Amino acid sequence: MIRRVGLEGSFAVAEAVRMANADVIAAYPITPQTHIVERLAEMIAEGELDAEFICVESEHSAMSACVGASAAGARVFTCSAGQGLELMHEVLYIPSSMRLPVVAVAANRALSAPLSVWCDHSDAMSLRDTGWIQMFAENNQQAFDLTVCAFRIAEAVLFPAMVHIDGFFLSHVIEDMELPADEAVRDFIPDYEHPFVLDPDNPVSMGCYAPPFIYPETKKAQEVAFEQTKSEIIDVWNDFGRAFGRHYSPVELYRMEDARIALLTMGSASETAMLAVDEMREEGEAVGLIRLRLWRPFPFTELRDAVKNVELIVVLDRAVSFGMGGPVCSEVRSTLYQMENKPHVIGFIGGLGGRDISIEEFKYMVKRAQERAKKREEEIEKTELFGIRE
Amino acid sequence: MDKEDLFIPRLVTTEEIFAPGHRACIGCGEALAVRLVCKALGKNVIIVNATGCIEIISSLLPKTSWRVPWIHTIFENVGAVVSGIEAAYKARIRKGRISPKDVKFVGFAGDGGTSDIGLQALSGAMERGHNFLYVCFDNEAYMNTGIQRSSATPYGAWTTTAPVGEKQPLGQMTWKKNMPEIAVAHRIPYVATACPSYPLDLMDKVRRGSDIEGPAYIHILSPCPTGWRVSPNLTVELGRLAVETGIFPLYEVIDGEYRLSFELSELKPVREYIKKQGRFRHLSDDAIERIQARIEEDYTRLKSKAETGL
Repeated sequence: MIRRVGLEGSFAVAEAVRMANADVIAAYPITPQTHIVERLAEMIAEGELDAEFICVESEHSAMSACVGASAAGARVFTCSAGQGLELMHEVLYIPSSMRLPVVAVAANRALSAPLSVWCDHSDAMSLRDTGWIQMFAENNQQAFDLTVCAFRIAEAVLFPAMVHIDGFFLSHVIEDMELPADEAVRDFIPDYEHPFVLDPDNPVSMGCYAPPFIYPETKKAQEVAFEQTKSEIIDVWNDFGRAFGRHYSPVELYRMEDARIALLTMGSASETAMLAVDEMREEGEAVGLIRLRLWRPFPFTELRDAVKNVELIVVLDRAVSFGMGGPVCSEVRSTLYQMENKPHVIGFIGGLGGRDISIEEFKYMVKRAQERAKKREEEIEKTELFGIRE
Repeated sequence: MDKEDLFIPRLVTTEEIFAPGHRACIGCGEALAVRLVCKALGKNVIIVNATGCIEIISSLLPKTSWRVPWIHTIFENVGAVVSGIEAAYKARIRKGRISPKDVKFVGFAGDGGTSDIGLQALSGAMERGHNFLYVCFDNEAYMNTGIQRSSATPYGAWTTTAPVGEKQPLGQMTWKKNMPEIAVAHRIPYVATACPSYPLDLMDKVRRGSDIEGPAYIHILSPCPTGWRVSPNLTVELGRLAVETGIFPLYEVIDGEYRLSFELSELKPVREYIKKQGRFRHLSDDAIERIQARIEEDYTRLKSKAETGL
């Protein structure tokens, strides 16, 4: 039975973890992720979820405990944000290199200094190369759906998966959404058996030491396997669509049919961008929106297909790669380099440290990008940090 | 020699769970200790190993010395990884995913991985009360990376990062961190010190620590000929001298009660221990006196705890 409910993004994630019947949860509290762990702790205390909750002493230990639990065959979950993900960073490479399907949710948060508990994507961008499957949600329904899918994807491909939800914008906002029946989710996520569990009856050595004669081979194996996850991710999302009626794909398009200009966003700003596109369409501008759902593995072909007939792409980054501009923008540019008729790619950075991005600002970006596209090369390369009070 | 001395060692299994052919230095006290610990633990065990000497000598891909399930991830997280494994078994057994089995969850780390970089994760795991045994193999410096000082390096020892020079004639200028006491402060049910020079005592303690419900901590002094600048044939002798001089006393703390493993009526002068080691060759008589005084003070305190039981 489908229930229509009003739920905070954090609670939506907790519901997904409960329905996925996680065995071990290890987490450390950090704003704005706290409501997820609080709700999970409550579910366990009330007997709604049968899991071991390890209240670790740091995020570093949260991911370490997840690695241990996953290696021992458990379905595991953790969540964090900002500084917590940075502290966890070293350990994030372990489940992806050791093929352990840990599932995590990041309530995206800016990085110190200065201290900010509010949303941007600096934390997510610093995790780009950790070998995790990563996807971005833009509303609470997606936060729930993508978390459910993350369990099935991770366990199917034996790589860890992370769902990014914007801190506060999703984690703390109550939205109208649908919750499927527990049984439907249980049916969707089959029981999990890791093929190489730490078990005295069948001893294995995990995490051995690799000198130069063998290290590159381990990385090659990892990269080949990781690239292949994309088709499995798409299959799982298609299955999810058939079972629950909501459809996801690596690159999702909004009013792109005859678009000459494409905005490109990730996360909760996409919804504001859609409203901006509607208004600009009414004003006669042929603008559409590309929402990058899948961030790792990067959807190269899907993105190139989406912009075949586009003249200008306007990329919004919510993080700064100092000395380089916006990280999403630079990846989009490198993806399009192979195209014969490349569109201009103009980057903007905004929404740092929780600053709102308004419809007007999206309109400004589109207008300003058209001016910049006509200018000298440096002007095109430069990424503009907009909305700054001077 | 008593008949028991000849008979009892025969009760120890000849099965090698930590397989030979590993790459430890000649005379490695840590490899010897690991071998004994594994014999005492048996095969129903999962071992979590920190980065360090034991990890690199035993797991060079594509080979392994481990005949029991073994996992290494990074340096400072053994306490947390072992927590996760223990929790996974608890949950999976409770949820009927696997049949109940009595697995021992064991963490291995060196002195750096325990008293420096891994202290937080270990403290967290002890405080949360996971059912696990943690064994610290203490060779008194970062030997794997080339003899750098740790907080477990003894006062006056030369290391590459506490070198002996004109302006710093002492080498290590701080006193060894008392890691077993830190474990005791967590009020866990079992804490012990051990040394492979006393193999049967060491194995007894490992059995007790792993049989007990809740966190257990064993701190094993593992003489390191390479880092201590001694001949490899002195490993066992140095371990004995460490105990006999009182610089590394053997004791247990069971549910908070102290128990000395050996009653030493008189401590041998620490000079006998120090003079055998190249890492202490620069020490002045004054410095040795300071060490002697400190040992006596610490040993008296320990003895009084054992006498009163607290």
